[in-house]
Formats: sequence, structure tokens, C-alpha cells
Amino acid sequence: MALAEQTAQLARRSVVRTARQPANVIGPFIFPLLLLAVNTGGLDRASEIPGFPTDSFLAFALAVPFIQGALFATMNAGTDLARDIQTGFLNRLSLTPMRSLALLTGQLGGVAATGLTQAVVYLTVGLAVGVRPASGIAGMVVLLFLSALIALAFGALGAFAALRTGSGEAVQGLFPVLFVGLFLSSMNMPRNLIEIDWFRTVATLNPVSYLLEAIRSLIIVGWDPEALALGFGFAIGIGIAGTAAASWALRERLTRT
Amino acid sequence: MRGFVAVALAVAWRVLHNVLTTPSLLIPSLLFPLFFFTAFAGGLSRVSDVPGFDYAPGYTAFQFVFVLLQAAAFGGVFTGFGIARDFEGGFARRLLLAAPRRGGIVAGYALAAVARWAMTATVLTVVAVIVGVRVHGGPVDVFGLYALALIVNIASLLWAAGVAMRLRTMQAGPAMQLPVFLVLFFAPVYVPIGLLAGWIHAIASVNPTTAFLEGGRSLVAGDPRHVTLAFALALALVLGFAAWAVRGLRSAERAGA
Repeated sequence: MALAEQTAQLARRSVVRTARQPANVIGPFIFPLLLLAVNTGGLDRASEIPGFPTDSFLAFALAVPFIQGALFATMNAGTDLARDIQTGFLNRLSLTPMRSLALLTGQLGGVAATGLTQAVVYLTVGLAVGVRPASGIAGMVVLLFLSALIALAFGALGAFAALRTGSGEAVQGLFPVLFVGLFLSSMNMPRNLIEIDWFRTVATLNPVSYLLEAIRSLIIVGWDPEALALGFGFAIGIGIAGTAAASWALRERLTRT
Repeated sequence: MRGFVAVALAVAWRVLHNVLTTPSLLIPSLLFPLFFFTAFAGGLSRVSDVPGFDYAPGYTAFQFVFVLLQAAAFGGVFTGFGIARDFEGGFARRLLLAAPRRGGIVAGYALAAVARWAMTATVLTVVAVIVGVRVHGGPVDVFGLYALALIVNIASLLWAAGVAMRLRTMQAGPAMQLPVFLVLFFAPVYVPIGLLAGWIHAIASVNPTTAFLEGGRSLVAGDPRHVTLAFALALALVLGFAAWAVRGLRSAERAGA
């Protein structure tokens, strides 16, 4: 079996096993939209703050589910990979002619596909409630591509955690860290409007802010080259670092096996 | 009565011993409220510039009340997770066989939830004092705020206990947590209820959490309003959920745990 076919089979398996577990579907699809509803309802008047970049807090906040959904996809995929290790599936797989590269790319392909599906749902909900992305149809395509890329980048981190620890609980333990990363960003307020100095500094140093701002720029600004370059740059950077770390961890694990 | 007290104390001691000797249980319950306090009070302080926002002690105090009540509610839910774990692991079956007065089991879990919340509230209060939360109310007002949070903690524990004893599996976690999350956040979390509009205002108007938040915030402001309503609703919830928890215990008894 060729590498591409092995990758496709493993990516398919990753998506199907996610879809078969209701808890894995409800969390990534429902929870981010619920948080969007809660934050939009509660912070709608924040758009009246002088200097706020849009008069619709919903449009401003719509970027958040894309990142939050990617976090959920990462956790689910990482936990599944850890379960493969715990149940011995990886050991059995290593006895087959499968190439180790296919395992990683298949797993990450599955995460990206799940992330893309979630992004389509979030965008559809956004359009249904009246958000009109300023960048038009082409911008929506870029937004979906960036969402899948972010899911893939975070997915690589989840795969690294799973391969390094071999424990589903350890992967789940990563979630609060990523969740904190989301909240200590420009999630609910543009960075220039964050009043507390240390919080603004943390948000500025936090890569999640730039991922959010790239998606947000496509929705409320239009085409902002700087925001897009930073967003894509951080997504690609995290993806490369995560994939390199996960590849190393996979080699180590197969050596131990 | 002595049997009831002995069972309650034994259950409470066991839960607290487990929590205090298991960092993965202790640390999140202490850190998450601090994290929310930081994210909301730090990241959203400009919300106090929204026209019509008029809360004299400031936005940090405004959010402190929410986070204190949220910690109380989630503290009860976290203890409920422990109850579900006891049933899933078979410990509860032995507990039911050994306890001369089984009502003491529920009381013991409630006692443990209160002790856990006391630890969290202490840490939260110390941090709030360090960051300079302004309190315009007197000692009686502050006592009222903490008493209200304590009652919310017990009500939340009794809710979670009822769910845990009926479902008797860790998979009951979302069923305990999600309703509490929704009730907490479909309320005036970020701005006073007068600044909410549309569907969120309609829901918040009939949500008991609104009374808790408005009562608590008015106590901090030294201008008590809706406090009687808040206490009455909180006590009513305790009575209702006590019946729910005791019936859950009977359900577990009938099922042979």
C-alpha cells in the first residue's frame, strides 16, 4: 500500500471514530457556539466602547469558535491516539508494513478534516444570524483554510502529547493550558482596548491572539495583509514545531516498542 | 442522630483527604476561579466604559462577585464528580452497606463541598485583596455575600449529588456541569441586567443567578438590594435539590448501587 493510501486510511479512521462518539461531536460543535451566544449576549454593549472596531459584537466574537473548536478537535484526536497506544493498537500497527510517517500525517489529516467541518458549521451559523464577512466569498474560503491549518497545528501538539506520554489523561490535562491560552488573548477585547497593562502584554505575547485576529480580520475588516501574515505565520510555525516534536516522539515510541 | 453525624463526618473526611492528596483534583479547583477572575476583571475592564455602566466599586469588584459565586457553584459540581466516581468504582456500594444512616452520606458530601469551597474562597479573596478590590459595604454586607455563596455551593452540590446517584457513572459529568454552566452564564455576568438586551435579557430576568449576582454586588457596593430575594431563592434551591438528592440516594439503594 502506498504512503498516500496508508495516510488516507488512517485519516478516515481518525474522522470516523470521532464521529462515532457523541461526546466528541457535541463538545466541539455545541460548546463553542454556546459560549459565543453567552459572550455575545453579555458583551453586546461592549461594541459601544470608543475605538471598538465594529458595531456588532457578534461579528467580533465569531472568530472565537474557530479557535475553540480547533482546541476540542486537538484534544479528541490526541486522546484517541493515546488510546491507540494504551490498547496496543500502535504496537500491532508497527508490525505491519505501515510507514510511521503515514501514522502521523493520517492522524493530522483527520484532525484538519474535523476542524474544517467544524469551521463550516460555525461559518454557516454566523451567516445565518446575520454576520456578513467583509472579505466576501474569497475571504470565507481563506477563513476555512486557515481554520483547518490551525486545527492541524494544534493537532500536532496533541499528537506530540499523546505520543510522548501515551496517556489519554495527560492529553486531557493539556486542555486547561490551551483554554487559558485562549482566554488570555484578545478573545473578548481588541488588544489596544485592553486597559490592564500586564494583561495586554500577555495577550500581545500570546500567539492565540494573532490566530484570532487573522480570522477576525476576514470577518470585520476585509483583507488585512498584516493580520493574515501573522495568523498564517503563527499557524504554520506552531504546525512545524508540533509536527517535528510529534515525529521525534513517534520515533522514540516505535524504538521503545 | 449520632450515626448520621458519624457517617457524614466520615464521608466528608474521606472526600477531603482524597482532594488534598490528589493534586489533579485540588489544583484545578483552586486555579480555575483565579483564572476566570484574571481573564474577566483584567481583560474586560474597559466594559465599565460602556454608557450606562454604573457600579461604584469598579469592574474588578463587579467580576469578583461573579467569580466567587461561580466558584461556589462549580465547587459543588466538582464534589458531585467524586460521588459519581465513588459509584462507578464500587466504593459507594460498600458505603451504602456500612452506613447505619444513609442520609448522612449526602450530608457528608455536602460538608466536604463546603470545606472545598472555603479553601477556594480563601485563595480567591486573598488574591482579590492583593489586586485591590474595592468593597464599599461593611462587615455585615461582606458576611452576607459569603453566606449567599455558601448556600449556592450547597444547592449546587445537592443538584450534582442527585444526578450522580441516579446515573452512577463518571459519564454523568456533563449532565451535572452543563446546566450549572448555562444557569451561571445566562445571567448579567459582564454588565448589569439593565444593559442586557434581547433574548439574554429575557432569560436573565427569570434566572435565579441574576438575583444572586445583583444581591451580591449590591452588598459589595454597600447598597443592599434584592438581598432577601437572593437568599430566599438560594434557600428554596437547597430545599428542592435536597429532596432531589435524597430521592437519588433512594434510587441508588433500589438499584443496589
